Amino acid sequence: MSAAEATPIAPPASRLPLLRLAWRESRTARRRLLLYMSSIFLGVAALVAIDSFAANVTQSVAEQSRSLLGGDLSLASRQPFAAPVDSLLDSLRRAGTPLARVTSFASMALAPRTGGTRLAQVRAVSRNYPFYGTVVSEPAAAWRELHDGAHAVVDPGLLVALDAHVGDTLTLGYGRFVITGTLTSVPGDPGVAAIVGPRVFIAERFVPETQLLSFGSRAEFEALLKLPDTVDPRTILTPHKPMLEAARVRTRTVAESEANLTQAIERLTRFLGVVGLIALLLGGVGVASGVHAFVARKIDTVAVLRCVGATSGQVLAIYVTQAAAMGLLGAAAGVALGVGVQFLLPHVVRDFLPVDVSVHLVPRAVVSGLLVGVWVALVFALRPLVALRSVSPLQALRRDTDAGALAMRWRDWPRVAVNTALVASVVAIAVTRAATPRQGLVVAAGVALAMFVLWVSAVLVVAAARRGVRGGWPYVLRQGIANLYRPANQTRSVVLALGFGAFLVTTLYLVQTNLLGQFNADAAASNANLLFFDVQEGQALGLDSAIRAAGYPVQQRTPLVSMRIREINGVSVRDLQRTPRGRSWAVAREYRSTFRDTLVHSEKIVAGRWFDAAHRASPADTLPGLSLDEGVAKELHVKVGDVIAWDVQGVPVTTRLTSLRAVNWARFEPNFFAVFEPRALEAAPKQYVLLARVPDATAIARLQRDVVRRYPNVSSIDLSLVLGTVNRIVSKVSLAIRFLALFSLVMGVPVLSSAVAATRRQRVREGVLLKTLGATRRQIGRIMLAEYAVLGVLASAAGTLLSFGGAWGLMRFVFEQEFRPAWLPALLIALLLTALTLLIGLLAGRDVYRETPVAALREG
Amino acid sequence: MLVARELTKEYRSGGGALAVLRDVTFTIPQGSFVAIVGPSGSGKTTLLGLLAGLDTATRGDVLLDGTSLAALDEDARARLRGEKVGFVFQSFQLIPTLTAIENVQVPLELRGERGAEVRARELLDRVGLGDRTSHFPAQLSGGEQQRVAIARAFVNRPRILFADEPTGNLDAASGARVVELLEALNRESGSTVVLVTHDAALASHAQRLIRLADGCVVQDSATDGANGLLKVAASDTLTSSVPEETPEVSA
Repeated sequence: MSAAEATPIAPPASRLPLLRLAWRESRTARRRLLLYMSSIFLGVAALVAIDSFAANVTQSVAEQSRSLLGGDLSLASRQPFAAPVDSLLDSLRRAGTPLARVTSFASMALAPRTGGTRLAQVRAVSRNYPFYGTVVSEPAAAWRELHDGAHAVVDPGLLVALDAHVGDTLTLGYGRFVITGTLTSVPGDPGVAAIVGPRVFIAERFVPETQLLSFGSRAEFEALLKLPDTVDPRTILTPHKPMLEAARVRTRTVAESEANLTQAIERLTRFLGVVGLIALLLGGVGVASGVHAFVARKIDTVAVLRCVGATSGQVLAIYVTQAAAMGLLGAAAGVALGVGVQFLLPHVVRDFLPVDVSVHLVPRAVVSGLLVGVWVALVFALRPLVALRSVSPLQALRRDTDAGALAMRWRDWPRVAVNTALVASVVAIAVTRAATPRQGLVVAAGVALAMFVLWVSAVLVVAAARRGVRGGWPYVLRQGIANLYRPANQTRSVVLALGFGAFLVTTLYLVQTNLLGQFNADAAASNANLLFFDVQEGQALGLDSAIRAAGYPVQQRTPLVSMRIREINGVSVRDLQRTPRGRSWAVAREYRSTFRDTLVHSEKIVAGRWFDAAHRASPADTLPGLSLDEGVAKELHVKVGDVIAWDVQGVPVTTRLTSLRAVNWARFEPNFFAVFEPRALEAAPKQYVLLARVPDATAIARLQRDVVRRYPNVSSIDLSLVLGTVNRIVSKVSLAIRFLALFSLVMGVPVLSSAVAATRRQRVREGVLLKTLGATRRQIGRIMLAEYAVLGVLASAAGTLLSFGGAWGLMRFVFEQEFRPAWLPALLIALLLTALTLLIGLLAGRDVYRETPVAALREG
Repeated sequence: MLVARELTKEYRSGGGALAVLRDVTFTIPQGSFVAIVGPSGSGKTTLLGLLAGLDTATRGDVLLDGTSLAALDEDARARLRGEKVGFVFQSFQLIPTLTAIENVQVPLELRGERGAEVRARELLDRVGLGDRTSHFPAQLSGGEQQRVAIARAFVNRPRILFADEPTGNLDAASGARVVELLEALNRESGSTVVLVTHDAALASHAQRLIRLADGCVVQDSATDGANGLLKVAASDTLTSSVPEETPEVSA
């Protein structure tokens, strides 16, 4: 052996040995590092599941788009097709284009045998409906034989509601039908369609027998066209566009309906994506605190590596390689779970989707989930890892405390770069995943604010612990609290991780209970529970006295007048529609308005004044007054004082906008976009809505049956049934919300474990030292108990308070409703989280029990 | 050759500066075996840190084979250490997650050199641990761990080896074995060995002795003449904790 000749300092010849070193060096820490890095596991799973599901649904929609519409082109109108439309359809049919018709309207369905009644959605279809997809019935023959007579194929739910069975007679208006079967699936209808209103299919030619359409009930008339593949539906539509618009015919092509649905799905998945993003960020916090612990364990090794010639870059490379490998594994596990969940999701949301979702692997979602996961894991891991660069080789000679050894200068540029990259990554991911860049920024800012508030609370906790400890307290309590502020304490990381978890879980819970609570409160606020509609002008008084004769009060008798807007401030709707603002739904829609001279309790004036001659803008103004819902006014770009001219079934009526109202639409009462001063509409043709209060279900059923027999065209809704229906839908939604809440709770566990593990080594060392000095295991256990109890309580409290702020913000600005704090459940969640902290803390600290004082002495 | 020129190290303490080393100057020729001695707090470890480029001096410079350490940044010094410097520590400082042979390979692997395993095996054989290459540090005795550390220190054929109390954590027999090994490798490889210790017995193995007190060189046997070393060995206790009847003292 001889000394080598002096050689110039050369860069490494090969990177392979460094990778090998990184792999070997990770030997005993792999499992632990994997645990830390896998904090991102659930976040990645959420992203992959959501993205894959969205892609699956979008593709299924594309594949089934024709059956979604039932044809290639749909023409629909709220009134029977005008003559020019009919002649267009005739000419198309003569030219060989298959044509199907669907007429939909609401009707009371009555089973005479049982006397049961229920409001149903009637669809009268022509023989060739639908062109695409198949209606499946039980028995199958029922659908095939629908047109053979006065047959009705109905939703199974209707049979239950009417206490009827297949073979019974069903009356719709004045028509009588035989129930020949039940519906299993209807292409293009989501499963909930049956919950919202049971469907009844009858043959088109029996519509006149019901006599319902002649009464002016609301109906939709639709013509479906089947076109050869070579024909673009737009070539048929374009030449007739002005005529169709004038006739108020809405047209939809397969591509349009597909685009609409895809858009809706995208909105949904964007929302879910934000939840996934937050999951991922929380995971990132877990990674950061876990890797922080990992880094503290590596100080000695790094010091030696530095002594034997490792550059700071090489040290960083070794540990970044390890973190990246484990991050990749964690993300890959997340991807696997995400793909698994993706196969489950369609079953959960099947009822809400109008298509059957075929599940398949989405490579793009898998790859992007993997990349985003690894990136988030790495960028969060890098924050503690860069500190390893500052470990001096001197530590091998003279060991400082963990915190001292890792201390960095504030302006250390790689640290600044990593921090910048971290913030930039969060913002970039938030912006790309949210619906709009603005929303993304809001989410990122919200997360930053929550983190900041929690960080400040942690700092305050540390300060309070330092000042608050009193000499008279029991030793274990003093020692436990002192652990909160002593060097290398875990207060900040635990408060951040646990507080953020508490924040998420409680915010979700509060928003959910607030939304449901609001809903039930609104329902309870309505006095009436039975609503009659489609009441003709000549029937209103008769119905009113019939209800009163039965012994029940009529709460409201409200006239309804159908109309459309003709002009706004002298500009015709047609001209308006050529401008961007004229494309709003509010411009072209059909309004069903009312007139009255008093406000009802579900509305309040937010601008201008209620109709009042004394306060008219100018005494000379003879125009009748109009009050609009503030949302509609915004859509129409109108303000108090503007003039709006209406087309009331052919008669022009000009009004001046005198007030804007805030309307609580959640109330089960007839509410209106437009309310007119009585003199404007008194003479117009109208229908009525009646609201009655009837004490119990039997009485309601009896009254409904009596009214249907006397006025077959009048429909009625039992509000308690509607409430039940809504509750059923809401419970399906809240199942999803609970799942999310549980998900964030589960997600908190690895994050919290990581945070606690960050200072575990220090804890064990101290515990063993205390044992050496004569502390019993019991005393050490109590010290830890005191520390984790204080940490748990404070972090949960900070997170819970923060969640009240978050939930208030969401209710106020997103759902635009009043926020009602739910203190007790929030307290319970906080207690649960505190218990969880204690459990995790004590589990992590169990080594303190195991280690013997001899071990401490041997360590030196 | 290792040259220390007016090395001064100060720490900020309160308002003023606390000098731990003051104007330390000496030259150590290539291949020599030098002991730096002094009581606790005399600045031995600080000096070692500066000589090895683990730390930077407040003033003065260290020339290692003609390269000024003051002119190098931390990473360049690390590379220089990787190529020319070996370390043996009191607490062995083996990487607990690596086996004996992997520990020895580390300096070569950091330089991206191939054939690290062959060279590491050769050195483990040399220190008498050829049969324990795949043991982890926790599975080795203290003496064995220190021999692995010595193998690691010599694996890159260092120009200079720094040993910081290399027998401090060992029993007498293991300590003696370690010292013998250091001496033998110093002879065989021609590497300079700089030993920092407060153990007079250990120091007596060195060819030259530099004594520190309060951050200054108070004795250097190279300048005091050959007798200096013997004088120390015979009359002095470097610290009270070292038993004087250690057999090597009178040898």
